[in-house]
Amino acid sequence: MITAAVHEREHYLNASYGIKSWLLTKDHKRIALLYLATITLFFFLGGSFATLIRIELLTPTGGLVSSETYNKLFTMHGVAMIFFFLIPSIPATLGNFFLPIMIGARDLAFPKLNLLSWYLLVIGGLFSLFAMLAGGVDTGWTFYTPYSTTYSNSYVIATALGIFIAGFSSILTGLNFIVTVHRMRAPGMTWFRLPLFVWANYATSLIQVLGTPVIAVTILLLFCERVFHIGIFDPALGGDPVLFQHLFWFYSHPAVYIMVLPAMGVISELISVYSRKPVFGYKFIAFSSVAIAVLGFLVWGHHLFVSGQSLYAGLVFSFLSYFVAIPSSIKVFNWTATLYKGSISYATPMLYAFGFIGLFTIGGLTGLFVAALGIDVHVTDTYFVVAHFHYIMVGGTIMAYLGGMHYYWPKMTGRMYPEAWAKLSALVIFLGFNLTFFPQFLLGYLGMPRRYHVYPDEFQVLHVLSTAGASVLAVGYLMPMIYFVWSLRFGQMAPANPWGATGLEWKTASPPPVHNFDEAPIVTHEAYDYSTVIPEVIEVG
Amino acid sequence: MGSLPLFPEQASTIAPEVDHLLYFLLAVATFFTLLIFGAIFYFAVRYRRRSENELPPVVHGGMTLEILWTVIPFGLTMVMFTWGAAVFFDESRPPDDAMQIYAVGKQWMWKLEHLEGQREINELHIPLGRAVRLTMTSEDVIHSFFVPAFRTKQDVVPGRYTTTWFKPTKPGRYHLFCAEYCGTKHSGMIGWVYVMEPQDYQTWLSGGATEGSLAENGQKLFTQLACDNCHKADNQGRCPTLVNVFGSTVQLTGGGTVKADEAYIRESILSPQAKIVKGYEPVMPTFQGLVTEEQVLQLVEYVRSLGPKPAAGQAPGSQALGNQAPGNQAPASKAPAGKKSAPGAAPAKQ
Amino acid sequence: MADLTSHEAQASSHEAHAAVHEAHAETLDLREQFNTAEQQKDASTLGMWLFLITEIMFFGGMFACYTVYRRTFPEVFAVASSSLNAVLGAINTGVLLLSSFTMVMAVRAGQLGQRNMIILLLILTLFFGGVFLGVKAIEWKEKFDEHHIPGQAAFHLEGLPPDQQGHAQLFFSLYFAMTGLHALHMVIGVGILSFLIWQAKKGTYSATYFTPVDVAGLYWHFVDVIWIFLFPLLYLIDRHLGK
Repeated sequence: MITAAVHEREHYLNASYGIKSWLLTKDHKRIALLYLATITLFFFLGGSFATLIRIELLTPTGGLVSSETYNKLFTMHGVAMIFFFLIPSIPATLGNFFLPIMIGARDLAFPKLNLLSWYLLVIGGLFSLFAMLAGGVDTGWTFYTPYSTTYSNSYVIATALGIFIAGFSSILTGLNFIVTVHRMRAPGMTWFRLPLFVWANYATSLIQVLGTPVIAVTILLLFCERVFHIGIFDPALGGDPVLFQHLFWFYSHPAVYIMVLPAMGVISELISVYSRKPVFGYKFIAFSSVAIAVLGFLVWGHHLFVSGQSLYAGLVFSFLSYFVAIPSSIKVFNWTATLYKGSISYATPMLYAFGFIGLFTIGGLTGLFVAALGIDVHVTDTYFVVAHFHYIMVGGTIMAYLGGMHYYWPKMTGRMYPEAWAKLSALVIFLGFNLTFFPQFLLGYLGMPRRYHVYPDEFQVLHVLSTAGASVLAVGYLMPMIYFVWSLRFGQMAPANPWGATGLEWKTASPPPVHNFDEAPIVTHEAYDYSTVIPEVIEVG
Repeated sequence: MGSLPLFPEQASTIAPEVDHLLYFLLAVATFFTLLIFGAIFYFAVRYRRRSENELPPVVHGGMTLEILWTVIPFGLTMVMFTWGAAVFFDESRPPDDAMQIYAVGKQWMWKLEHLEGQREINELHIPLGRAVRLTMTSEDVIHSFFVPAFRTKQDVVPGRYTTTWFKPTKPGRYHLFCAEYCGTKHSGMIGWVYVMEPQDYQTWLSGGATEGSLAENGQKLFTQLACDNCHKADNQGRCPTLVNVFGSTVQLTGGGTVKADEAYIRESILSPQAKIVKGYEPVMPTFQGLVTEEQVLQLVEYVRSLGPKPAAGQAPGSQALGNQAPGNQAPASKAPAGKKSAPGAAPAKQ
Repeated sequence: MADLTSHEAQASSHEAHAAVHEAHAETLDLREQFNTAEQQKDASTLGMWLFLITEIMFFGGMFACYTVYRRTFPEVFAVASSSLNAVLGAINTGVLLLSSFTMVMAVRAGQLGQRNMIILLLILTLFFGGVFLGVKAIEWKEKFDEHHIPGQAAFHLEGLPPDQQGHAQLFFSLYFAMTGLHALHMVIGVGILSFLIWQAKKGTYSATYFTPVDVAGLYWHFVDVIWIFLFPLLYLIDRHLGK
C-alpha cells in the first residue's frame, strides 16, 4: 500500500496554490496548518519571555530587568502560553485536522465558521501582541482586581480585548466539534467505535462551549470598570474584588482541562498503536473524559482557599477537587494496563507517551497536595503551585502535543521525520523539563513566593538548577522545529499507514486528498482492532 | 553560592501539623509514582516488540480491576481531604487567649500595630509561646501575609478585614513575604517576624513608641471627630452608648441581629446606614474619606476597651472563625462577608 | 447512532459516495460537507442551540454578579430599581413578545414557502425590534438626565444617604451592563433580520430551505427570553401594583 510519490498525486497541499487558497480556505486540514503556524509563533514568544524570566532568576537580586519589566514578562508569558498556545494547541491543530477524518466525514459541520475561528485567534493575538510590544501588561495573567482595574498603568485593555476575541475562537471551535461528532459520523461509526481522541476532544468542546463565555463576560466587566469606571469590583463602592476571582476561576479552572483533555486523547491513541492493542478499559477512559469535563466546573474555589472565602466554601471545594482527580487516575491506570502483554514499540511518539504518563502522574499527584486545605495555605502562591501546573501543562500537554505531532507528521505532510534525532530530542526535553521544574517544588515548600524576581539568598541554588534545566529544555524544543522543517524537503516519503495503526485516518493516503476519502467509508469494525491492519505493516527506520 | 536548604523551619504550633500531612501525601505520591514508573518500565521492556508483524492477543478489560483502582484512590483522597480539613480548622481558629495585633498592607509595605501603640513597618515582634491573632486589611490592592516558617498565609483584601493566627514555638527571625502579586515592588514587600523570649519582648514593648496605645489614640479620635456628642456613655444621646457593646449581639431595626465585632464597628464608621440599631434613627453621618484604615483600627480598639471586660486570660471577642473578622454570620464566598461586609471604605490617601 | 444493517450501511454509503461526486454541485441546502439536506438542517439547528447555551453562560456571569450584590444590598437595590421607568420597561416587554410572535409566524411562512409573508413578517419583527431599541434609548437618556450614570462624579440617587450612593452605583453598573449587552444582541439581531429580508426578497427561501430563518428565529426568541428575566429583576424589585 505504498502510495505513489507525493508530487504525482493530488492531495490537500497541492490541490491549489497561492495565498488566497490558504487564507480563504474552507479545508479543515489547511486551517489546522494555519493554526499550527500561529500557535508556534506564540509558543516562541511565550518561550522567550520564560527564558528572560529564568535568566533574571539566576541571582537573588536580579539585575537583568527592572521590577516593572519582570512583572510584564511573567504576565505576558502566561497570557501567550495559555490563551494563544495551550488552549488552541491540540484541538485546533490535531483536532481540526483529524476529527473529521477519524469519524469518516469530509469536513467539519461548519467549515467557514472554522476559518472564522482561526481569524478570531489571529485578531485576538494581534491585540495582545500590540499590548506586548507597545509596553506590556503587568497584572499577571490572572488580572486580579483592584490592581488590574484601578492601579495598573499598563496595557490592560488591549490585552483583555485580545483574550476576549480569542475566547470566541475557542467557543466556535468547540461548537463546531460538538455538532460534527453528533451529526457527521460515517455509517457504522457508533459512539463506542469512536477513537478515544474524538471522545477527548468532544469533552474538551463541552468545556469550551460552557466555560469560555464566563471569562468573556468577566473580561467585559473588567474592561467596563477600567474604561468607564463603573465599580463592580471596587471596594470603595461596595464592590467585591474577590467576586472577580470567583468569576475568573469559574472558567480558568475548567480551562486547564481544555488544555489537558485533548492531550489525554492523543496519549490514548499513541499507547494503543505502539502497544498494538486496544486501550484497556475503553469505556472507562471515554466516560472519564466526560466526567473530568463536568467535575472540572465544580472546583474553582480551590484557587481561593486563602482569599477570604468562607471556611465552609473551602471545605466544599477541597472535597470536590478530590473527586476530579479520580477519573484522571483511572486513565493513568488504564493506559499502563494497556502495555501489559502488548507489543511495545519505542518509536518517538511512544517515548513522548511514556513521558506524559510519568510527568502527568507526578503533576496530578501534586494536585492532591494543593487540594488539601491544610497544605494549600502554606504552598498556594508559591513555586510549589508553579511546579504543579507546569508538570501538567508542559510535562503533560506539551509532551502529548509533540508526541501527536510526530505520530501524525507523516499523515499530514507525507514525510517521515528523522527518528534518531527525534528520540534524542524527546530525551533532552524530558531531562531538561525535570531539571527545570522539580527544584521548584522544593522552592515552593521552602516559601519562595510566585512572581518574585528578587529573593533571599538561600533560594539561589535551586533557582540555578531550574535555569540550567530551562536552557536544556529550550534546546530540546528547538530540535524538532529544525528537523520537522528539514523533513519537509528531505524526509523519507511516508506511506498511508507507517505505524500499523487502526482508525480511518490511516486508511487514506499520506497526505490525504482534499475531501479526505476517495470513497466514503463505512465502519464495520470496533475501535483499535489491529487484526485488520497487521498484514500491511511497513517497517519504519 | 550558599547553603541548600530543603525544608523550612518549623516555628509555630501549626507547622508540624502541616508537615505531617505533607509526609503522608509524599508517601502516597512516591508510592504511586514508583508504581506507575515501575510498571511502565517493566512492561515496556518485558513486552517490547520483537518482530514487525507480531499481533499481541487482546486483553479484555476487567471490571474488578477498574473498581479496585477507582475505589482505592478514592479512599485515599478522602483521607487526604479529611486530614487537610482538620489541619485547616486548626489554622482558621485562633485560641481564645490569642493576643490581638493589626496589620495593614499597602503598596509596598506592611504596617503592624500593637495594641499598646507600637507601630512597626515590615517587622513584627512577638513573644514566644503566645498565640497571636492578626486582623488585617489593605489600603489599596490585594496582598497576602505569608510566613513560611509558621506555615500561615492569608490574603489581605481592601474594604474588609481578614484574620490569621499563629503561636510561635521557636525564637528567631523568620521571613515575612507578600504572597499576592500587588504591583511593581511585590518582590520587595517583605520583612521579618521576630520571635522573642517573653522577657525580651516585654523589654522591647516598653521601650517602644510612646504615642499611646491604639485604644488611647482611638479615644482621642473619638473626641476629635465629635463622636462623643452623640454616643454618650450614659445613653442620653441620640445614638446608642458604646459601653459594653463590643462582642455583644446587637438588635437591628427590621428584626435582624449582628455580632458587634471588628468588622461591624468598621462598617458602622464607614457605612453607618447599612445597619441601624433598633429604636434609633438613621442619623449617623459616614466617616468614609475622613479616617484612614489605621485610624479605624484605633477607633475599633477604643470601642473594644469600653468593655465588656474579658474574663482573666481571655482576649475579648476573640473567637475567630475562618478568614473573617470574628463572629460573622454567613461568611459568603461571593459577597463581601455576607451582610456584614465592610463595604465602601475609601481609605483616605496617606 | 445505532449499528446499521449492511443494507442501510450500503445505502448510506451510496448516498455519501454520490454526495462526494456531487460536491461540485454544492447548493445552499446541501453543502459539500453534508450527505443529505436533512443532515445539514439538523446540524445547523444543533449548532444554534449550542450557541444559545453559550449565550446563557455569557449572560449568566452578569446574573451571578447581580445575585451577589442584590443579596448584599437588598434595600439599595429596591430603591434603585424603583427609580427605573417600569411603564416603559413593560411596554418594551410587550413589544418584544409581539416581535417573537411575528418571528415565529415568519418561520411558519417559511415552512409553507410563502415568500411574501416571510418578508412581511420579518419586516414587522424588525420594526418591533427597532421600537424596543428606541424606547431603550429614551430610558437611557432619562437615566443620564437624572444623574444615574455610574462612574460619573455627578451620580446621585435620591432617597439614599451618602454612604449608600456607592452601592447604588453597583445597581446601575449592572443595569447598564446587562441591558447594554442585551441591546447589543438586539442590534445584531436587527442586522440578521435585515440580511434575511434581503435574502427573502431574492427568493432564497422556500419550503425546502428556510433554515436561516428558523435558526435566526431561535436566536431572536432567546434574546426575548433574556429580556423576560431582565425586566422583573431590574425593574420590579419590591414593586407592587398601585405603587
